[in-house]
Amino acid sequence: MIKKFFFQLIFLYLFFSKEVFAAESGGMPQLDPEFWVSQVFWLTLVFGTLYIVLSKLILPKISANLELRKSQIQENIEAADNQRKDSELKLKEYDDVISKSKLESKNFFNDTKEKTLKTINVKRDLLEKQIDEEIKKAENEIDQLRKSAPQKINKIAIETSSEILKNLIGAEINNSSISAIVDDLFKKNGGKYYGN
Amino acid sequence: MAANPMTQFEVYRIGPEIKIGAFDISFTNASLFMVVSSLAILLIFNLGAKKNSMLPNKIQLLAELSYTFVSKMISDTAGSKAKPYFAFIFSLFMFVLFCNMFGMIPYTFTVTSHIIVTFVLAAFIFIGVTIIGFIKHGFGYLKLFVPSGVPIVLLPLIVVIEIISYLSRPISLSVRLFANMMAGHTMMKVFGGFVISLGIVGGWLPLTFSVALTGLEILVAFLQAYVFAILTCIYLNDALNLHH
Repeated sequence: MIKKFFFQLIFLYLFFSKEVFAAESGGMPQLDPEFWVSQVFWLTLVFGTLYIVLSKLILPKISANLELRKSQIQENIEAADNQRKDSELKLKEYDDVISKSKLESKNFFNDTKEKTLKTINVKRDLLEKQIDEEIKKAENEIDQLRKSAPQKINKIAIETSSEILKNLIGAEINNSSISAIVDDLFKKNGGKYYGN
Repeated sequence: MAANPMTQFEVYRIGPEIKIGAFDISFTNASLFMVVSSLAILLIFNLGAKKNSMLPNKIQLLAELSYTFVSKMISDTAGSKAKPYFAFIFSLFMFVLFCNMFGMIPYTFTVTSHIIVTFVLAAFIFIGVTIIGFIKHGFGYLKLFVPSGVPIVLLPLIVVIEIISYLSRPISLSVRLFANMMAGHTMMKVFGGFVISLGIVGGWLPLTFSVALTGLEILVAFLQAYVFAILTCIYLNDALNLHH
């Protein structure tokens, strides 16, 4: 459809412009040699000038600019690389210091802990010894007390019996006979009260 | 209505008639656009080369990108031996490119749409490359016409074909550029003529075509300059590094 329309357009165009075409001289102006020499002359002149100015003045400058930029960029890259290496080294150093100090602090902590534990143990031992001694002493005392208790009780029993007898009978009874009885009783029943 | 699409290629005198002997070397519209293109190139690249900052501005970037583009093109096709010819190929590429591009501005003249201009450029390249080839390799340059690994029986035929293809280089190089530019501009003129003759009612379709063609022609303008330069590099490569 569009194609058909397009060809109609061309036909119409040719139809309307036939007269105009006929009025003008045909042919290609390119093949008219009238200005060939002039074109060759001006082409040589202009292109030659262009070539000389470009090759002698402008292109070396552009080339130098490019080279300069290239070397500058290279330099910058190298500098950046060096700095990166430097910082990596420093980072390593820093890490080393950190890990070293960590180790040190750990060791120090452990040392202190051990020392403290030792001191505590020593003190505890001392204290236990003291306590043991105290306990022994107290036990001794108790033992002594326990040993002396029957005698005292006997004595009390003798005195009490003599007192009771005195009140009952109204006569003094020889203490030695009472004590003989008490001793006798104690021997018979003492184990019941003192267990040893 | 200048309906004839060929009138845009007409050369006319600007200013007085200058004659050297029998030759007419008057300043014409063609000369004017050669001068304009060259001045534009020199202006842009001079501005681009003027000051060197670490971060290039737009015009400096343009100049440097063009430089590296052409430099890469040469080293890719002709190798490192072609370095002394860099300035010539750069000038050639820029000259053809700017002439093509200035031709894309309406009412201007396209220098490269004239066979005589492109032929002079191509002939210069052809002669130059041939001289370089003979200087570098002496008569050994003639080995270019004798490809290796061809049966003896076929050799006479191949040599003739190679010689013809070598001699037709300037013609093919010049006609390619000239024909592309002329055909493109003629076509645009024809479509522009359609817009006028069909008027407000039917002119829209050719106008659309005209717009599309303008884009295409700008592409062609660049491409033909590139092809012209890269073929020069290839011919130079043949002369510098004899592969055959």
